[in-house]
Amino acid sequence: MNLGQWVPIVGLVVLGALFALFSVAIAPVVGPNRPNRAKLSAYECGIEPTPEPVGSGRRFPVKFYLTAMLFIVFDIEIIFLYPWAVSFNALGTFGFVEMLLFIATAFVAYAYVWRRGGLDWD
Amino acid sequence: MASGPALADFGHDAWWLIVLKIIVIFAFLNVMTIFTIVFERKVVARMQQRTGLNQVGPRGWLQSLMDGLKLILKESVMPTEVRRVVYVIAPAISAICAFVAFSVIPFGPEVSIAGHRTPLQLTDLPVAVLLVFACSAIGVYGVVLGGWASGSPYPLYGAVRSAAQLISYEVAMGLPLVAVLINSGSLSTSQIVAGQTRVWYGIILAPSLVSYFIAGVGETNRAPFDLPEAESELVGGFHTEYSSVMFMLFYLAEYINMITVSALCTTLFLGGWRAPWPLSMVDHGVLNRGWWPLLWLVAKILILLFVFVWVRATLPRLRYDQFMRLGWKVLVPGNLLWIVVVAALRTAGLGGLPARIGIGVGVAVLALLIVSLWPGGARPASGPADSPAPAPGSAPGGYPLPPMDLVVPPSPRTRRLVTDRSTAPAAGGSPGAEAGAAAGGSPGAEAGLDPVQQPVQTLLEAPLVGPAEDRPQGPQ
Repeated sequence: MNLGQWVPIVGLVVLGALFALFSVAIAPVVGPNRPNRAKLSAYECGIEPTPEPVGSGRRFPVKFYLTAMLFIVFDIEIIFLYPWAVSFNALGTFGFVEMLLFIATAFVAYAYVWRRGGLDWD
Repeated sequence: MASGPALADFGHDAWWLIVLKIIVIFAFLNVMTIFTIVFERKVVARMQQRTGLNQVGPRGWLQSLMDGLKLILKESVMPTEVRRVVYVIAPAISAICAFVAFSVIPFGPEVSIAGHRTPLQLTDLPVAVLLVFACSAIGVYGVVLGGWASGSPYPLYGAVRSAAQLISYEVAMGLPLVAVLINSGSLSTSQIVAGQTRVWYGIILAPSLVSYFIAGVGETNRAPFDLPEAESELVGGFHTEYSSVMFMLFYLAEYINMITVSALCTTLFLGGWRAPWPLSMVDHGVLNRGWWPLLWLVAKILILLFVFVWVRATLPRLRYDQFMRLGWKVLVPGNLLWIVVVAALRTAGLGGLPARIGIGVGVAVLALLIVSLWPGGARPASGPADSPAPAPGSAPGGYPLPPMDLVVPPSPRTRRLVTDRSTAPAAGGSPGAEAGAAAGGSPGAEAGLDPVQQPVQTLLEAPLVGPAEDRPQGPQ
């Protein structure tokens, strides 16, 4: 493993972080600072805001969690597909059949989720 | 023809060369962002028959630069409800991830800078494409944390929507890559470009290209998939409570992500820095060597950015359920099937180039047809087609429906014009009375039009108002 290939990425991270830090740091210095109550309240189109205390346990439609779980299932499937695809030529017919079985299995799960309405938003 | 640098050629640059490349990429991204914003606004203006930017700088080209400066000089409002540390870190995460994602994009083959042979690419990794995907995935944290830390309903909804959207389209974005990997046999961007010496993957894997681009539009929160920042529903979405520089970082990240998606799309499917076909034959590929490839890469990125803008100006925003249906029920299974087809063709040895091009393009056309006919084909069955005659004033669903012979009242402007025209010759009479009669009665009759044609003409004369207006900059 050639670590030298990773050094420039670290450099770009550092530069990006410096840029972000610098911008955030100079903002209060160069900009005006005239707070008032309306400005500092949450924006709700002019009406008296109903503040959203962070971590207040506001409920979300369960669909969002379902989507996240489906994502994990299919993303792991993709992660398995990448190494197979990269070494596709070396694996030959055996690799193809194996992956066909794998995709078929994943497709069964997919069909099940679809039938149960896991992919419908409403 | 030189096929470009090998993976082992990376990681040996002198330190000053690395610093130079980093700074160049940083500057490139910033300049491209500034350019893209103006470019987008000008193109959208043209498509909506507006004048567009023309005030700041020559032909308005300095507008976004000045907007950026203005944003820095604005007051940095931090509402009382926010969670301060996370609130500040979130835009930084977005911006850093956006910058880093660009580090593995190949700009060109080896060139010589101050006597050093070096590839025109910051770095390359055995898992370079995964790095780009990882960056776009971590970038979601910036959006989600930013919305969560704002302590306000709209950003929170925007953030949760954005998370669901990004992870849904991450799947649809990752699958087209598998088809590319089967052909390239490598995750390194430079090797993927090298694999497209003979034919671009976008031609033999056209369905993957289309699918990747659709997913890329969804991944970057661009119209018609800009649900996390749907102005009409969520004000500014996740960045509603952001102002000044921190808002700028989010905005910058969004545009850099657009540029990165275009650049990666170019790298994966459109031959990367390689010259397009007829040009690549010139003088044994002289246009594929030296500094020429920079031109091709930037040109291809610009074309894809234009498509981004084109799509935005053309399509209305999707509803959330339509959006999720497209991602999960069309792109995911379609891509899986296509991967199986590609793998089967390669295993069966049908690797002849003309056959593969034909199959790629054919399947793409087929897929496009299916996708474009899918919702339209399902809906009319229950629509007005089989319900004999809906009562006037109500659609099958109970919604009010304008009657077929709707007469649009003429606009005040048309009325005034018609009045002017008809009263001009008879200026000696009593214009006040005539104008009053004309305005009150039917102006169509005066202008010699029959009443049925009048509404049409009124519609034609009314100024066109495009559905997607210039994106508001959000509260600042």
